[in-house]
Amino acid sequence: MTNSPDTASPHRVLHLHERVLDRNREQASRNRGLFRDRGVVVINVLSAPGSGKTALLERTLTDLKNDVRAAVIVGDLATDNDAQRLCRSGAPIVQITTGTLCHLEADMIARACNELDLDTLDLLFIENVGNLVCPASFDLGESLRVVLTAVTEGEDKPLKYPTLFKTADIAVLTKVELADACGFDCGMVRKNLGAIAPTADIMELSARTGLGLTRWYDRIRGLVHVNT
Amino acid sequence: MDSRLVRGANVHEVGLMQEALRIALEHADAARAARVHSLTLRIGPLSGVENDALRFAFEVVTPGSAAEGAELILEEVPVQCWCVGCARLFQPADYVFRCPDCQQISGDVRQGREFDLLAVEIS
Repeated sequence: MTNSPDTASPHRVLHLHERVLDRNREQASRNRGLFRDRGVVVINVLSAPGSGKTALLERTLTDLKNDVRAAVIVGDLATDNDAQRLCRSGAPIVQITTGTLCHLEADMIARACNELDLDTLDLLFIENVGNLVCPASFDLGESLRVVLTAVTEGEDKPLKYPTLFKTADIAVLTKVELADACGFDCGMVRKNLGAIAPTADIMELSARTGLGLTRWYDRIRGLVHVNT
Repeated sequence: MDSRLVRGANVHEVGLMQEALRIALEHADAARAARVHSLTLRIGPLSGVENDALRFAFEVVTPGSAAEGAELILEEVPVQCWCVGCARLFQPADYVFRCPDCQQISGDVRQGREFDLLAVEIS
C-alpha cells in the first residue's frame, strides 16, 4: 500500500546505509570495554527453554567456588525462580525480568551491571532468555557464546535453528546421562553441530552426574587465567 | 510505543522495526520531509529476522507516524562464504556452508547477516 501521490512536493529518495542494530552494537562495545577494563570474562549462555542452562550454572558456580569469583545475570520472561536456584551457590545473582521481550539486549546488561561489583569478579555468566531464535541478533558484549542443546531434544535442533547455533563458540550437549533412555544418537548431533557450527568447540556433559564437566571447567579456568 | 506492550506480538521484529522506523524518521526529519512513502531494508538469511514478522511489525509500529501507510520493501541478499582451500567466495545451497568444489564446510561468513536500512522515500 502506498500513499496517494503528493501534489505539493515531489518524492525524493534518501539513500542510506544504516545498520538497524547499531544502537545495540554500540552499547555492546561499551559493555565489552567495561568488562575488559575490569578483567571480567563474560559468557553468554543460550538455549531453548529446558535445555539445562540453570542446572549447568548452578553446578558450575558451586564447583568453581574456590578458584573463580563468578556472578550471573539471568533473564526470564517472568518469575525469579532461576535466580533463587542460582543464589544458593552464594554467588551474586541479578535477575532481569523481560516481560514479553524474548531476548536480552546490551543496555539491559549495562543496567544489571550497576548491581554488581565488577572489580570483585573474574567471570560473569549471562543466562539468556530460553529461546533459540531472537537472542541470535543481539550482541551483549560477551567474551564468548555458549549454546546448549539437551539429549531430550531432537538430534536435528542445530539444523532447525542454524542462525543461533552458528554464533556459538562452544556448543554443549547436556543431560547426556539420559541419552540411552531417550534413544538419543550423540554421534548424530555431533555431526549436525559440526556441519552448522564448524568452528565451535563441542562438549558433552551432565550437570547431574558430573560427566564431562572437567573439560568445561578447564576451558573456563583457561579463559579466566588468560584474562588475569 | 514500547514493543514490550504489543500484546500477542512476542517477536523481536517489533522492536527491530521500531528501531528501523526511528532511524528512518530521523533522516526524514533532517530532510524536512512531511511524509515517508517507503522504507527499503536489506535482509540477510543470518540476520535472525523473518520477513513475515517484519511486515507484521511494520503494520504495528507505523500508524500515527509520518510513515503511516508507507510501503515496506525488503531486499534479500544471499549468504556468501569464503573457502580457504579454494581461496574463493561461494554461495552455499543451504545452512550447511559446504563449498561446492572441495566440499569443505566454511565458518567464514562474508555476507548474510545484514539488517540494514538502505533507503527512505520521502516528500
